[in-house]
Amino acid sequence: MSSFWSIWITVLSLGTLVGCYLLLRWCLKNFAGVEEGESMGHTFDGIEELNNPLPKWWSTFFLITIVWGFGYLLMYPGLGNFKGLFGWTSSNQSIMNLEDSKAQAANAKENNLIVQYDMEVKAADAKFGPIFDAFAARSIEELATDEEALKVGQRLFIQNCSQCHGSDARGTTGFPNLADKDWLYGGSSDAIKHSIMEGRKAQGMIAWETMLGGDQGVKDVAAYVISLSGREVNADAAKSGQEKFAMCAGCHGVDGKGSVAMGLPLGAPNLTDNIWLYSPSQKGIEQSIRYGRAGVMPAWKDILGEQKVHVISAYVYSLSQD
Amino acid sequence: MSIKHENKHEKVEKSVGLFFIFTIFAISIGGLVEITPLFFQKETTQPVDNLRPYTALEMEGRDLYIREGCSNCHSQMIRPFRAETERYGHYSVAGEHVWEHPFLWGSKRTGPDLARVGGRYSDDWHIAHLTDPRSVVPESNMPSYKWLNENKLDGAITAKKLETFNFLTRNRTHKDDQGNAIPLYSAKDISGAQAAVKGKTEMDALVAYLQSLGHALK
Repeated sequence: MSSFWSIWITVLSLGTLVGCYLLLRWCLKNFAGVEEGESMGHTFDGIEELNNPLPKWWSTFFLITIVWGFGYLLMYPGLGNFKGLFGWTSSNQSIMNLEDSKAQAANAKENNLIVQYDMEVKAADAKFGPIFDAFAARSIEELATDEEALKVGQRLFIQNCSQCHGSDARGTTGFPNLADKDWLYGGSSDAIKHSIMEGRKAQGMIAWETMLGGDQGVKDVAAYVISLSGREVNADAAKSGQEKFAMCAGCHGVDGKGSVAMGLPLGAPNLTDNIWLYSPSQKGIEQSIRYGRAGVMPAWKDILGEQKVHVISAYVYSLSQD
Repeated sequence: MSIKHENKHEKVEKSVGLFFIFTIFAISIGGLVEITPLFFQKETTQPVDNLRPYTALEMEGRDLYIREGCSNCHSQMIRPFRAETERYGHYSVAGEHVWEHPFLWGSKRTGPDLARVGGRYSDDWHIAHLTDPRSVVPESNMPSYKWLNENKLDGAITAKKLETFNFLTRNRTHKDDQGNAIPLYSAKDISGAQAAVKGKTEMDALVAYLQSLGHALK
């Protein structure tokens, strides 16, 4: 803040406090020309106004608030650039980017500056840091059998992941069930952690209608896809769908067992297990083929940090273990 | 009945005009101290480093956010408390909002804060959630906004909106790569504005806006 505005604020603030005090003193004087406690000389409906002074308790409190105001401005930052005797601030100031914010927070921590927010974070780190450090030192497989770790993981999951995957992690239409053994990107501890840290972007199933030769092509392939999980379909449609399925094999595999079975990170679901990410109905499957699909899992490493992701990974991993 | 006094108090008490003037004077001091300096401070007039202007589509989405009253239930202001930053991300700073007219900070959280909701969920999730919130969050009490899927934008006044923002932000520095001050939207942005939004649904616009929120500080 420029010194002009600093002075502006200081003069107006202190001036107001002094002004309030002078006003109070002035108002405590008797200007009425009538003795205190005597009648002001007018009545209305039998009610008479007496020349009473301001109540003592009231004017005393007024005075106390003025004294309080001076004390407050002395101790806390209220007068322009004056930082107050405590050097207190609510948060770091003039942050222009994240690095700047981190540097300021580190500086405040190192020099024990009284930055309210940084102190809160420091206290929390001292309390929770060792717990997460201990978790980070152990493998996901090991944490997945540790009840305490799973409790922490579950809470973090509910707070951050349940919006898409559901509070029971069983997902919903378009958002994968994490509690079964069907994985789009692999169910190993490493694959799960990678999915959460870096996010996943499905290779993207394109809209296939034109390439499959129109509506009939879509219906035929849908019939074949449904037949893969043993459901009854029109055999002719499925047969002609099977011929066209070669186009799908690049991602879903020749046998339709999905990209994980081929060891590829494409996110193409297994079509043979009767587990459906989108609607399992004939119409729903046709829609997936006709318009395409592309699921996105956001990356969480910058939002949650690796330590928390590690514990969430253990929780998610534990869900599909017997 | 009344007695004539030399009573200075009475002058204020019995003259509405004078009383009005003194009241305005007393109230204005608060504004002079707390508001006017903000117009001249770096923290409140300089954008943070990574702030970028809204695209034409995001700008339309922002107007839909206003039209649908999202800010009645969602704030866009993360306070510097750990309990908030743990859930929502880095606390909000003034430099993220220097181009906002009007601010959409909100003051009530029936739903969560949205200041950094961008990138937190996929577009598909936003569409599912805005169409039918309970399809993804069963305990949600948010209304459904399914008409957003049906209404299409014609972009007739999108260019005007960008021009208006150029005018409103004329004193809020926006710099190009070389550090020269430039308007928020170039002539090319403005001439291409209608084409950029025409035919898109209101859902597309609102989701684009939501995905842009908080981008400058994360």
